Amino acid sequence: MNFYERLMQLDRRWIYLGVAIAVTIPVLAPFKVPVYITPEAKAVYEFVENTKPGEIIFLAIDYDPNAMAELHPMARTIMRQSFSRGIRLIISALSQNGPGMAEQLISQISKEYNKKNGMDYVYLGYKPYPGITILAMGQNFRIPFPTDYYGTPLDSLPMMDGVRNYDDVKGIISIVAGNIAEYWINYANGRYKAKVFFGVTGVMTADYYPFLQSGQLLGLLGGLKGASEYERLAKQEGVATEGMSIQTVAHLVVIAFIVVGNIGFFMSKKKKR
Amino acid sequence: METIGIWIAALLTLGIFSFLYKDNPFYKFCESLFVGISAGYWFVTTFWQVFMPKLADNLVAGRLYYIIGGVFGVLMLLRLFPKIGWLSRWSLALVVGTTAGLYFTRYLVSNGMIQVQNTIIPLYVKGNLSQTIGNLVIVIGTFSGLIYFFFSKEHKGAFGGLAKLGIWFLMLSFGASFGYTVMSRMSLLIGRMDFLLGTWLGLIR
Repeated sequence: MNFYERLMQLDRRWIYLGVAIAVTIPVLAPFKVPVYITPEAKAVYEFVENTKPGEIIFLAIDYDPNAMAELHPMARTIMRQSFSRGIRLIISALSQNGPGMAEQLISQISKEYNKKNGMDYVYLGYKPYPGITILAMGQNFRIPFPTDYYGTPLDSLPMMDGVRNYDDVKGIISIVAGNIAEYWINYANGRYKAKVFFGVTGVMTADYYPFLQSGQLLGLLGGLKGASEYERLAKQEGVATEGMSIQTVAHLVVIAFIVVGNIGFFMSKKKKR
Repeated sequence: METIGIWIAALLTLGIFSFLYKDNPFYKFCESLFVGISAGYWFVTTFWQVFMPKLADNLVAGRLYYIIGGVFGVLMLLRLFPKIGWLSRWSLALVVGTTAGLYFTRYLVSNGMIQVQNTIIPLYVKGNLSQTIGNLVIVIGTFSGLIYFFFSKEHKGAFGGLAKLGIWFLMLSFGASFGYTVMSRMSLLIGRMDFLLGTWLGLIR
């Protein structure tokens, strides 16, 4: 067995070890990498920045804990930016395993900015069947959510006075993993013409560029890179920005493995001839 | 209490990671625990967010017509009994019919019509070279991609050339998706490493 054939049969565990080392080194010895701002990330930031104090944004935290690493930094930064500017938030969590996680985030950040439930934000919580829930909220938030997450009727919350549906919010920012994203486009934007912005996982990002191009989406944050762009724009550099140096090293390792694997493949094919 | 939680989370993370070396009982335990807890969490959420507010509370409040939905729900469970399992098809028919009706028109408009409409764009934008190139890529990419999926004519000659170009566009889009997927998976790994080295071991921050 020659060198190239041996390369082709490399135990996958060496690759895992290589990636693990590549990820660990920048964690222990951090360094900064430049983060370039894309127009689609800037669009989300400017939407929040141009919303006046007292106006309402609908923030949908539509992901489970398994997408936390990518999406939590986005939700955290947007929530902090909104609260610091005096923007009021209506928050939902339409992913089944997400409401508890979202509640933790809301209570932590609302305390930081001394924001009151029912006055500065309303947490609607979870309802099953996201498509139907999003459709119903277009008529009235009270149809799927007669009460908030804590069981208080929406009508008794001062912030919800005169707030009926998407017409009464400046726009919707959905931080989303999975097919809930489609429902926001199909119903909130398609049916009710609401302004929709997304923060999505890296896996989903490429799928949503056509909607951005068509104007059905007005802004898009893609994966940890999108989160780091947002942190930089909002001057709240945190987990996502730190993660970009690790991403860079890990990507270089993956590229190196792809190159070496391809060299091995073509060379062993050539030898066989 | 928080420390105990962190230790449990760290050990479970290591248990799942141990699969990368090889399958082992520790991994199996962590996997089974995850499946069990997820199912339990799902069941409790469904009970309190669907069954109680949508059915039980309405029946208690005297809105007896909600019993119709309840009956359809019970019919669905009859799949567990092979002899009368066919009754569950009525519930399924209702679900399929309603879902198809609800989604069809909006999906057709959002994912079909509007997307097609946005490929009908000017091929030359005066004074804006990047926009012109972008528009050309969209139009040629969409057209050649569609040609590739047209199987009623043999992919030969100019037609075959366009189909080949379509494959190139498809490969580029798969490459972009793969790149994002690598980033996504690395982000999850970074999240866990941050937890293990930072929150658990306290080696960073």
